[in-house]
Formats: sequence, structure tokens, C-alpha cells
Amino acid sequence: MSNASNQGWPLYEVFVRAKAGLDHRHVGSVHAPDDELALQHARELYTRRMEGVSLWVVRSSAIVASDPASSDALFAPAQDKIYRHPTFYTVPEGVDNL
Amino acid sequence: MYSQGLDNLGDLPPEQEAELVATFQARIDAEEKIEPKDWMPARYRHTLVRQISQHAHSEVVGMLPEGNWLTRAPSLHRKAILLAKVQDEAGHGAYLYSAAETLGVSRQEMVDDLIAGKARYSSIFNYPTPTWADVGAIGWLVDGAAIINQVPLCRCSYGPYARAMVRICREESFHQRQGYDIMQSLCSGTDAQREMAQDALNRWWWPSLMMFGPPDSDSVHSDQSMAWKIKRFSNDDLRQKFIDITIPQAEHLGLNVPDPDLRWDEESQHYEFGPIDWEEFSAVLAGDGPCNEERADAFAHKYEDGAWVREAAAAYAQKHTTQSKGKS
Repeated sequence: MSNASNQGWPLYEVFVRAKAGLDHRHVGSVHAPDDELALQHARELYTRRMEGVSLWVVRSSAIVASDPASSDALFAPAQDKIYRHPTFYTVPEGVDNL
Repeated sequence: MYSQGLDNLGDLPPEQEAELVATFQARIDAEEKIEPKDWMPARYRHTLVRQISQHAHSEVVGMLPEGNWLTRAPSLHRKAILLAKVQDEAGHGAYLYSAAETLGVSRQEMVDDLIAGKARYSSIFNYPTPTWADVGAIGWLVDGAAIINQVPLCRCSYGPYARAMVRICREESFHQRQGYDIMQSLCSGTDAQREMAQDALNRWWWPSLMMFGPPDSDSVHSDQSMAWKIKRFSNDDLRQKFIDITIPQAEHLGLNVPDPDLRWDEESQHYEFGPIDWEEFSAVLAGDGPCNEERADAFAHKYEDGAWVREAAAAYAQKHTTQSKGKS
């Protein structure tokens, strides 16, 4: 038995476009030896019931992700810039369509 | 994306660890989801790896009893349906192995454990499928019990597991209905067919009830799993729910549930049922079920038989990489 044969199969992330007009959305991942088989595996695994009209697969190692430890530094400042949201402003009584 | 979020913080001073644990529990209490790269207690990670890998193995081993009937399904129609169902089970295994991998264990390690007989899977798949009615009973009862167990897992605190469960539950409903459909056909057929359906119910009823795990009083992992919101309802509550919804379905088929103590309790609005043979459950889990050995051997052989396909695919990918490097 040669377990080594798929030990190193890289991981791919799978994205499916449910129908034209919608974004591709992350649905999960597959292991595959190459791009072509990754697409085949993704097709078999994630679109057996008309879940999509288009597939993307991308090597997980190619994705650059933010670090949860930096979440505050990256995302928290938005909270003290509430003037960026329309609800920050008071609309005067009697003024419509604003 | 699912790069493994192992906490590389090393050994933390106890007060710092306690603070992290408190923040973690507060997030869980606030119904926030935990994602792979987030800090989590080692025991939470360990519990999830154990539960998700066992769940994945159950899906994979679960293909074997039904696979037994793929070449002998009574019609092309039934065969196509069963093939689709068995393929779904393989898919469920794949979703779950992926979810477990986000916790820092490789699929290969999990598969190796299964081959080596070190991994557990649901006790139910160690029972045999001697007749076609067993395929019906599995879909109706085993997948039915699985749905009751799995629907709450869609809200589990660990994001990748919860998302895998949403996909699985969506597909599981087809499995249960195709099983009930087989039972209906048999029950509206000849006496021999009805007897075959009754016989399958007789054999699958009690093992199905055992699928919910030991009674709450003996359940080892329950309290902590509840606090972590990996588990949402107790084993006994889920079992009761399954019984309450399944009895009317059996009545509709005109079949008798093999439990002399079964009766509707007007006061509690639940069915009362007889004692479950937990010794049988322990024996099957410990490896003494009717088919434990057969399942382990079958999986190891199938895995070995497929080795040439994996090797060919790896060789092709390797050759392709080398060639494209040569061109550039």
C-alpha cells in the first residue's frame, strides 16, 4: 500500500457561482494532485445538484489571509469613524428624499 | 484559507491562559463562531478532531453496507438512486475530513488511523444488510436518526464544522425519503415483501436508537461539549425526539415497532419505550459487532485497490510540472 502517493496532494479552495449575476462564493476545499483534477473533484463534490454555473479552484497556499491577532488594528478603527455611515446624520423634520 | 491555526504561543503563564480561556468562552456564550486561526483551548481542538474525524469515518464506512446492494438493486431506477446516495456519503466524508483538517490533523493521518483500526465510527455500520429492505430501513431509520443528530450541529460553535453540516443536512433529507419510499413499496407489495420490511425494521430499530449514544447519566463528553456549544441537546432528548416522530411513520407503513413496552404517554406527550441493550452497544463499539472485521478489511482493501489511480494522478501532475518548468 502506498500511502505516500497522495500524502502531498495540495489543498485547493473551491468557489462556486450559483447563477449568472452572483459572485463566486467560497464553498469548501478539495485535495488534488493538479489544477485539472482539482476542478474535477470540485465539480463532483460541490455541484452535483445544480448548485452552480461556474467554478473557481485556487491553491490554498496562494491565499494571503489577515491574522486574527491583528483584527483590532485592521478593523476596529471603523468604529470611531461613525460619520462614515448615513445614520450618523440627523435629517431635519420635513426634509425628504435624503 | 484553511491553513492550520495551531496556537504557536507555546506554554503560556497560567494567568494569561486563563484570560484567553475566559475570552474564548465569552465568545461562545455570545454565539460567536470560532474559526480555524482563532485561539482555542487545546481540549476544544482535541474534542473537535475526535468528533469530526469519527463523523467523517462514519460517512465513509457507511458506504459499505449499502454498497453491498449497488449491483443487486431491484431496478435501474433504484440503482441510480442508490448510487447517488452512496456518492453523497463519500462527499460527506470529504467535507468532514476538510473540516477536521482545519484543526491541524491531515486527512492522511485520519485515513491511516481508520485503516489501522485505531479510529472509531458509528456503531450502526457494523450491522449486516442481508436483504434489499435493509437499504430502505437504513435510509429511513439510520439517516433519519442522523438528521436528528446533525441538524443541531449546523449551529455548532466551530465554523468549518457547522458549514459542513449545513451542506450535509441538505443532502440527508433525500436519503431519508428514498429509504422510506423503498419501505412504502415493500409494504404495499406481497406478503413476502411486507415480511421483509418488517424483518428489516426488527433488526434496525434498536441499533438506530443506540446511534444517539449512551444515556445522559453515562455520557462522558456531554457537559463540556454543551458548554462549548459543540453539542446543543442531550443524547436522551434527541433519542426521544426521534422516537416521537418515527412511530407514526412506522404506523403509516403498517409495521410493528419491535418494543413491547412502547406506549403513548398522554401526560408527557411522548412515547415511552423499553430498555436499550447498552451491553450490545459497548460490544459493537469495542469491535465485537457482527461486521466490524468485515468493514475494516473492506475499507483497507478498497483503499489499496485505488492506490494505482492516486499514483498515476500524482505521476501525471509531477510530469506536467517538470515539463512546464523545462519550457520556461
